[in-house]
Amino acid sequence: MSRQSALRGIPIRTEPQSSLGATERAAVLEVCNRLKVLAGPLIPILHGVQAELGYVPHDALPVIAAELNLTRAEVHGVASFYHYFRKEPAGRRIVYLCRAEACQAVGSRTLEVHARRRLGIDFHQTTADGAVSLEPVYCLGNCALGPSIMIGERLHGRVMPERFDELVADAACGP
Amino acid sequence: MNRARIFVSRDSSARSVGADEVAAALAAEAARRGVGIELVRNGSRGLFWLEPLVEVETDRGRMAYGPVMASGVPQLWDAGFLQGGAHPLQLGLTEEIAFFKNQERLTFARVGLTDPVSLQDYLDHGGYRGLEAALAASPAGIVSAVTQSGLRGRGGAAFPAGIKWQTVLATAADQKYVVCNADEGDSGTFSDRMIMEGDPFVLIEGMTIAGLATGATRGFIYLRCEYPDARAALQAAIAAASQAGYLGGNVRGSGRAFDLEIRLGAGAYICGEETALLESLEGKRGQVRFKPPLPAIQGLFGKPTVINNVITLASVPVILERGADHYRDFGMGRSRGTLPIQLTGNIRHGGLIEKAFGVTLRELLYDYGGGSLSGRPIRAVQVGGPLGAYLPESQFDTPIDYEAFAAIGAMLGHGGIVVFDDTVDMAAQARYAMQFCATESCGKCTPCRIGSTRGVEVIDRLIAGQDPAAQEALLRDLCETMTHGSLCALGGLTPYPVVSALNHFPQDFACNP
Repeated sequence: MSRQSALRGIPIRTEPQSSLGATERAAVLEVCNRLKVLAGPLIPILHGVQAELGYVPHDALPVIAAELNLTRAEVHGVASFYHYFRKEPAGRRIVYLCRAEACQAVGSRTLEVHARRRLGIDFHQTTADGAVSLEPVYCLGNCALGPSIMIGERLHGRVMPERFDELVADAACGP
Repeated sequence: MNRARIFVSRDSSARSVGADEVAAALAAEAARRGVGIELVRNGSRGLFWLEPLVEVETDRGRMAYGPVMASGVPQLWDAGFLQGGAHPLQLGLTEEIAFFKNQERLTFARVGLTDPVSLQDYLDHGGYRGLEAALAASPAGIVSAVTQSGLRGRGGAAFPAGIKWQTVLATAADQKYVVCNADEGDSGTFSDRMIMEGDPFVLIEGMTIAGLATGATRGFIYLRCEYPDARAALQAAIAAASQAGYLGGNVRGSGRAFDLEIRLGAGAYICGEETALLESLEGKRGQVRFKPPLPAIQGLFGKPTVINNVITLASVPVILERGADHYRDFGMGRSRGTLPIQLTGNIRHGGLIEKAFGVTLRELLYDYGGGSLSGRPIRAVQVGGPLGAYLPESQFDTPIDYEAFAAIGAMLGHGGIVVFDDTVDMAAQARYAMQFCATESCGKCTPCRIGSTRGVEVIDRLIAGQDPAAQEALLRDLCETMTHGSLCALGGLTPYPVVSALNHFPQDFACNP
């Protein structure tokens, strides 16, 4: 045993094992440092990471855990509990399609079938060209003007199949 | 000559059908014609079938036109709409439209009238008078006014707000909190969203009053992330209120502090349950807590916490301003005041109706709603969100009243009414209710976590006609277990839509090979 290793202390704080790239890691650390002063910071931090990276990479969890002095299990438990936090990157646009009762009453079940066929994907999937991800949502608060979808942060009402095609075509062409 | 004032809503529902495009077209047409206009982006009047609604200020009041398409804007001009001119889309004065005229707007008094993010507009329309009254009263005096008003929690549980507040007031602690439940996840509801987008200051005022009443100095608005426009409006309003000294370390020079923050949810329906919401605010999984301890005694971070829904808190300023009696004089029985009712789904005239308790479902569906959108007979309505019972035509004479709904095995919840015509398959709706519970269960208690999944399977076998009598008995037994054995309303009330569908529409569950 070399002298150097014999002198090595027990690390109090280990660098979490993570294959997160340097840029992503810096982004995650920046979000943690900015938000960890909040009371109950974990969910704001997960929102912050998703806003920066588009999703919450599995490898970001140990970094967040170390920053907040939580176990990886706790952070994983929270990140995986909430439907909104993505484990995988999304397409360039996310289409949220409302599946709740008020939209069902005006044809959202038909729209769902149409949307999956038109995009060639199921819920929680992204088109092969990376343009559009399709996510279910349970109420967008537009219940008097359903069926409703939200593209990014923009709400659309009275979305019949033809209108869906127009909106998705516009979204897919966008930046 | 004064510039004409034109109002086009900035409400996200109005925007969802083209209000932004109409506003842009109006501005462009005004520029093209060299006419100066003042374009105000107000909250929505709640007459959603008429959105995008364009209102023009005239000597007689606001003249309404709608629904307007961007391409139709030049024709409005040709018809002299700035002077209230005749046009096929002209609806007369907004306040004379029957749907609007017959309402009793207390909580929604300003929504649709004002520019939601203008503090000056808020003050000009009676805003912050409730706070002034609260600042002149003692904490016990404020709590007493809320108790006397008869205000009950508008989120769904209908617990008397004053009693919650009294408990927080009476519990000594170094820190107390006010939490606003803005996780409006029930399908068929948007009244919270309309307040937050259309009159955010009234919510801020209500929360500030709750802080003064109970000694809480910090407030959180737990807002669902599906409402980005509400977030923006609240942020702007909080900034303006802080700037003007209505929030912060010294509220209106009173020496009392109240600070407010917005926190975003992350798509978990269960976080609308108050204890799950508190867990989520603390940065945990949104799992329901056992009660007791009550949140009023050990709530957020273990401290005494007032937790109320948006509408409950937004109804407080008018109670303080006009007095408890004024509010209590509306309503019937033990349901006092008004309820912002949301008429949605397959309905011709969908929107927001704030009425005193006591109006019947039938009046709402036919007098206000004008029947179904499809023109087919209304077969069922679901009241109170995804955990509410499905009611058949024979129950349409039930008045909007917490106790009257409880008496028929239903609940008012957050006041959302979803209308279905005769094409609805009630077995599919029952299955959906169970599936929704399975998807959204927090997993803490077995009846909800496992019961909902088994429930879907039993309904599938029932619909497939596999020994249907036995399946129905099993389903009813399972619903019984969920009702009595679940920790919170998600598992406890999911049987409402399932059993009501089974009771009132048994033919839909019969196997038709």
